[in-house]
Amino acid sequence: MFLKHFYSTDHKIIGLLYGFTSLFFLLVGFSLVVLIRWQLAYPGEPVPYVGGLLGAANAPGGVILPEFYNQLGAMHGTIMVFLGVVPLAVGAFGNYLIPLQIGAPDMAFPRLNLASYWFYFVGGAIMLGSFLVPGGAANNGWTSYPPLSDLAPGNGQTWWLAGMLCLIFSSLLGALNFITTIVQLRAPGMTWFRLPFFVWAQFVTAFLLLLAFPALQAAALLQGMDRLAGTSFFLPSGLAVSGQPLDVAGGGNALLWQHLFWFLGHPEVYVLILPGMGIVAEVITNNTRKPLWGYRLMVYSLFVLGFLSFVVWAHHMFLTGMGTVISAFFQATTMIISIPSVVILSSLILSLYGGSIRFTTPMLFALAFLPMFGIGGLTGLPLGLATTDIPLHDTNYVVGHFHYLVAPGTIFALFAGIYHWFPRMTGGRMMNDTLGRIHFVGSLICMNVIFLPMFVQGLAGVNRRLWDGGAVYAHAQEVLSLNIPMSMAAFGLAFFQLFFIVNLFLSLRGPRTVTDNPWGATTLEWQTGPVAALRVYRDPYEYSVPGEPTDFLPQNVGPAPRSGPAE
Amino acid sequence: MHIPYTTDVRPDTGLTNPKLGIWLFLASEVMLFGSLFSAYALLRSGSTSWPDQSAVLSVPFATLNTVILISSSITMVLAWVAAKAGELRRFRLFMGLTLVLGAAFMVVKAIEYNDKFSHGLLPSTDNFLGLYFTMTGVHAIHVLVGMVVNAYLLWPGSAMFRSDSVRFTNRVEIAGIYWHFVDVVWIFLFPVLYLL
Amino acid sequence: MMEWLGLPPAASAHAAGVDQTMVLVHALMAVLFVGWTIFFTYVLIRFRRTAHRDASYHGLRGRWSTVIEGAVLVAEVALLVFFSVPLWSARVDAFPPEAQSTVVRVVAEQFAWNVHYPGADGRFGRTSLELLGPSNPLGLDRTDPAGRDDITTINQLNLPVNRPVIVHLSSKDMVHSFALPQMRVKQDAIPGIAQPVWFTPTATGRWEIACSQLCGLGHYRMRGFYTIQSPTEYEAWLASEAALIATP
Ligand code: HEM
Ligand SMILES: [Cu+2]
Ligand SMILES: [Cu+2]
Repeated sequence: MFLKHFYSTDHKIIGLLYGFTSLFFLLVGFSLVVLIRWQLAYPGEPVPYVGGLLGAANAPGGVILPEFYNQLGAMHGTIMVFLGVVPLAVGAFGNYLIPLQIGAPDMAFPRLNLASYWFYFVGGAIMLGSFLVPGGAANNGWTSYPPLSDLAPGNGQTWWLAGMLCLIFSSLLGALNFITTIVQLRAPGMTWFRLPFFVWAQFVTAFLLLLAFPALQAAALLQGMDRLAGTSFFLPSGLAVSGQPLDVAGGGNALLWQHLFWFLGHPEVYVLILPGMGIVAEVITNNTRKPLWGYRLMVYSLFVLGFLSFVVWAHHMFLTGMGTVISAFFQATTMIISIPSVVILSSLILSLYGGSIRFTTPMLFALAFLPMFGIGGLTGLPLGLATTDIPLHDTNYVVGHFHYLVAPGTIFALFAGIYHWFPRMTGGRMMNDTLGRIHFVGSLICMNVIFLPMFVQGLAGVNRRLWDGGAVYAHAQEVLSLNIPMSMAAFGLAFFQLFFIVNLFLSLRGPRTVTDNPWGATTLEWQTGPVAALRVYRDPYEYSVPGEPTDFLPQNVGPAPRSGPAE
Repeated sequence: MHIPYTTDVRPDTGLTNPKLGIWLFLASEVMLFGSLFSAYALLRSGSTSWPDQSAVLSVPFATLNTVILISSSITMVLAWVAAKAGELRRFRLFMGLTLVLGAAFMVVKAIEYNDKFSHGLLPSTDNFLGLYFTMTGVHAIHVLVGMVVNAYLLWPGSAMFRSDSVRFTNRVEIAGIYWHFVDVVWIFLFPVLYLL
Repeated sequence: MMEWLGLPPAASAHAAGVDQTMVLVHALMAVLFVGWTIFFTYVLIRFRRTAHRDASYHGLRGRWSTVIEGAVLVAEVALLVFFSVPLWSARVDAFPPEAQSTVVRVVAEQFAWNVHYPGADGRFGRTSLELLGPSNPLGLDRTDPAGRDDITTINQLNLPVNRPVIVHLSSKDMVHSFALPQMRVKQDAIPGIAQPVWFTPTATGRWEIACSQLCGLGHYRMRGFYTIQSPTEYEAWLASEAALIATP
């Protein structure tokens, strides 16, 4: 029966549940941004086709109201980050692959794993449901800065907080499960430095989730109290809204929220990218047919990244009034944290050198990840220096910067992962290569046409989160026309995703065409045989070992008789 | 599906899965309460008028609750010792006591809350009371969760005592670690909210 | 490279420093990106399957990647130590004396910028929440002797050129952000927290104040204007505003 999948505690089933649910949410988050892009290109013009479906309170006559625009922005960010990318990268790939790659029979706590999925599901349902409450969904940015969020009318923001608490709890359960699994359930012989890089990335990610999310948990509780019990944790004395003094006790601190939020928020961006890096490392080694260059250095870099990501949060807050010493500290940590990122990215690029590169569809996505991620990382530098942050802060430059990391960055890595592990997850079905390549080329072009002009607009001083895209501002006029090609590209991106969706469903029902290990991979998830009998003998990426008959040696192949052909 | 190291210790890490799991969970709990305490510190240091805490709250009640909770930690340890020694009746006795003490803590807390409400002292009155209700409220939820777990182990869960006593003892130990943590949090809350 | 970045025209004393840093960072970024891309493209072509059947187990040898990473670190530290930190310190520590500056208060609210000048006596009048009203968005107490000659405007900030300006920024309701793109000034206005900013305009002109922090549904139209005038024009403007107060 189909329903039994919804209470199975098998990590593979839970991984697939996470996968399908998060793909659905990615689609939702993307649909919201398609509306945003329409509005930015044609402010005040009715949305074609679907305008009438948006509800008279949101878009009378199909014209998106500013209130609704802010809902779209806040919910796009929230859904993409917390319901799309993280559940796909961690919940789906992590769940499915970690036990397989380390040779474990399942997660350490299978029932907790299922509970984690259901908390995620409920959190997602609350977030989606909040669009229907009077006043609509949260509309204070995904950052939910008070006093705006504290005082926001309607219940959308309260729903957002409730949804976040569910999602946080889900992540905490997942994270402790992942860590325990990796520490405890590695197969015999799977020493720490034989772990595939993907597992390392998930390991560090889990620590970030475990230790950073509670800050937002606390912040959400405090904001919930402000909204429901009338406390003033984030409301200073002397507020006057719409000309009326506000009737609260006061004495709070609006910046307290920002500190707590970004204490989570910055590690969270590494949560968004580390699993993606892990996937790319797997796909690249497999398709270059050679070991990862600088594996150990990359692992150490992961740890440095994870550790430092807890001490950079205030670089999001340079313009809140920061003294020289504190700003110098956070600028310094920000510059230092860029080094391990550079090390990982360079190592991935250097890994290509000397390879025998197969341009498979997953490899194309993994390769494109590298320069895209590079752009995203480099454009972080001027934002991390307080002085250059002055003109750039809260402009479209920032939007361009983090989207290069998460959209053509992480999303591409996730696509690479889907194409790569599809045969493993479906028992020998391959995704269609032609459709995959069309999907790749279309997405790559569209992504860049959407996001590259954002740097131009941002440098010109155009702010983000503007309902009319900056149309009222004189300094925006010269770069305003860019919004039209950008939006066209966003619609194009939607079009090219159809190739992926069709491919996914066709291939799911297609014939099983390949054997167990179609890519000739070394890591354990591709090797068959009973888990109980598994033993690991070698490093994760033993490709093209000199003097071996095949160009790959799976981790569980023993040193065995060297003489004579093994086949 | 058999998951290794659920009851037996993995030699190279020296841990069972649940043991590691609960410590990781508590690490995140430390961050949660740490964030709340930081919020307290920031709001208090930035405030122009902070009430005299011990005058607003009832120190005797809180002292009583501190005694209750510490005693419950002791009975929890004794319950675990009994379970380990294979003495089900003694386990039941001490676990029952732990549960009763937990309930007593909640009752005292309820009386305290009620007292505040009846004097018109609400979370919205000022940020000190807001923090008091939030932090003790979050703590009380933790006590409640601990009580549910303990009650489960006391009654329906103790069937495992016969079928798999090692695993059962481990469960009691894990529940105990959590319970002590809740106790420790209170030991921080008490001086910070009532005395300082 | 400056024009190439397309920053708004610079019209304040410290703008050159900010822009120079901006150019240097982008130069560093460009060098790294171009370097990576060249290597990347070369490798993809040189080591494609059809051209290179057998992968090398060892791959690239040599330590020069460490050298490059070290060089990146050195460049970043240099940007930090020689540019960003000193410039920042000049912004937040080295405030000019009030006596030699034009001092104004700017109070943000949904969705307008209230400007408050101290008037001829150089002292700001008392403000209070009780006095807030549609015609008195600042809650200024006109009975306070210091407040009698105060000049207030909405969404219009006039300033004299070539003289330091100190803006005491605050907010009545939400977090807003006070951005003067041509001055290279941006500062969040956070309720409950006093936020002084200073700069020295070096060119006359009329530009826009742009709210840079989401502050509600009208955020997109929270636009004000600022006009940098010659000292004589500015004095004349002050005089005309003062005359308006005298004859209500
Ligand atoms: C793939 C296609 C995507 C497109 C075309 C897109 C486009 C946009 C645009 C135009 C904005 C700015 C809205 C505004 O300024 O009002 C935005 C905001 C944002 N996006 Fe995306 N995005 C995409 C994917 C993602 C992904 C994958 C993530 C996260 C993992 C993400 C996270 C965010 C966040 C956090 C914001 C800020 C929301 C806020 O203002 O509070 N986006 N996106
Ligand atoms: Cu504003
Ligand atoms: Cu605004």
